[in-house]
Amino acid sequence: MIRMENVHKAFGDNHVLRGVNLEIPTGTSMVIIGGSGTGKSVALKCILGLINPDSGKIYVDGQDAATGDRDAFLAKFGMLFQGGALFDSLTVWQNVAFRLLRGSLKRPVDEARAIAIEKLRRVGLKPDVADRYPAELSGGMQKRVGLARAIAAEPEIIFFDEPTTGLDPIMAGVINELIREIVTEMGATAMTITHDMSSVRAIADNVAMLHGGKIRWTGPVSRMDDSGDPYLDQFIHGRAEGPIESVR
Amino acid sequence: MSPIAWLAGLGRSVLTLLAVFGRVTLFALDALSHIFRPPFYPREFAAALLHIGWLSLPVVGLTTIFTGGALALQIYAGGARFNAEAVVPQIVAIGMVRELGPVMVGLMIAARVTSSIAAEIATMKVTEQIDALVTLSTHPMKYLTAPRILAALITVPALVAVGDIIGIAGGYAVATQNLGFNPAAYLKNTADFLEPLDIVSSLVKGAAFGMIAAIMGCYFGMHSGRGAQGVGRATKSSVEAAAVLILAANFVLTGVFFSL
Ligand SMILES: Nc1ncnc2c1ncn2[C@@H]1O[C@H](COP(=O)(O)OP(=O)(O)OP(=O)(O)O)[C@@H](O)[C@H]1O
Ligand SMILES: [Mg+2]
Repeated sequence: MIRMENVHKAFGDNHVLRGVNLEIPTGTSMVIIGGSGTGKSVALKCILGLINPDSGKIYVDGQDAATGDRDAFLAKFGMLFQGGALFDSLTVWQNVAFRLLRGSLKRPVDEARAIAIEKLRRVGLKPDVADRYPAELSGGMQKRVGLARAIAAEPEIIFFDEPTTGLDPIMAGVINELIREIVTEMGATAMTITHDMSSVRAIADNVAMLHGGKIRWTGPVSRMDDSGDPYLDQFIHGRAEGPIESVR
Repeated sequence: MSPIAWLAGLGRSVLTLLAVFGRVTLFALDALSHIFRPPFYPREFAAALLHIGWLSLPVVGLTTIFTGGALALQIYAGGARFNAEAVVPQIVAIGMVRELGPVMVGLMIAARVTSSIAAEIATMKVTEQIDALVTLSTHPMKYLTAPRILAALITVPALVAVGDIIGIAGGYAVATQNLGFNPAAYLKNTADFLEPLDIVSSLVKGAAFGMIAAIMGCYFGMHSGRGAQGVGRATKSSVEAAAVLILAANFVLTGVFFSL
């Protein structure tokens, strides 16, 4: 279980998070939606400790994320970054197997490579991309390599920052299914940011909408359409008119 | 401006400078401590040895050979003013080993290695690769900075030794080809004149300059601003800081070795 309690974060006078409260039960899939620049990525990075919140508490499995053993804490997580964040000096398979080539999860090279190729297959990439460098791949392929890297060590908690942006509709469908599978079969806890409403419906158990630095609405995905919240309604229907200003 | 305001401004600048100095020192201590604490990354270390040491050999060789040659010409011309042309081998040797070898190599390393470390780490930072490292349970200080600093600490003294020898060889070539020195006598004079302390000081300077060059690259890379501009600024500042600190350290070390 991940719990955010009254988390605040400002960059200078840009108050991005203004008291976020959110709970993600273990083994469920939470999807975060919200306008561009509302702080969704910042919220994920706060949980991981990549950004230090100005105030508020974050608990993971009852443990305060700000204290305790960082290594053990991070070992639970996998993260797909919005920009991919692949290591451009390493080949694709070395990126995917990064965790399996060093540190506490170290395996023999052959085994690590085999796992990497299997994970690449699961995100729809052929084995022949394994020996290429990230810069030689298309944007959507890089995204999928990032996804393969996030799931390679089979972490308990996985964060996906816009996993399907830049993918064709068929590939997006494959990735949605994969995320769903990881949650149902491996029992992982997933937190996904997406702007694609069909992804939301395919991936989510629960949905949270971030607006104005706070969680505007949260609930099961089945309740999303009759929430009665004008902000959420405007957002999921993509209307220009409504309480959310379209020019920010 | 009132004297009080002027004093306050001065105080603020001094405090900022001290704060930066403190941050760099803390960073350096932290980085050095990671050299001794596992996990270690031998593959990254080997790559750093290759890039910092081996691949710097051509530029080190070329800069020192020309410097040694020019040095021989200058000493000959200067010495001729008071009939002391014969000192060329001795002064070339002492000039290269004590001073120009380490300084030239240090500055070339600042240009070549500091800039590339800073640009590489800064790019990793702005493209979130450093964040990605953290989420993959890899400490950036251990994975990125420790191998580079250790490699510089080991290879730059070796580069300085090579630079000293090539510089002296440059002087030897000019002196024997153009200035009419006897080759055997030139070499004998060089070897007889140099003392162990000269060579030790050269290598110690090399180690210090190597460390400064690598630490500045890492520090400015890790603290880079955002975007392409951030990377550019980090690279520029790292080379400036490394060059100035290398020359300052050279002054201090020269004082320590030869005037105490
Ligand atoms: N490191 C940082 N330094 C300064 N400001 C930042 C930083 N990271 C994010 N911000 C600011 O925080 C705000 C939220 O950014 P964030 O990346 O979380 O948006 P987002 O909700 O993920 O948007 P998108 O859907 O477009 O990815 C933005 O205004 C951004 O400028
Ligand atoms: Mg984002």
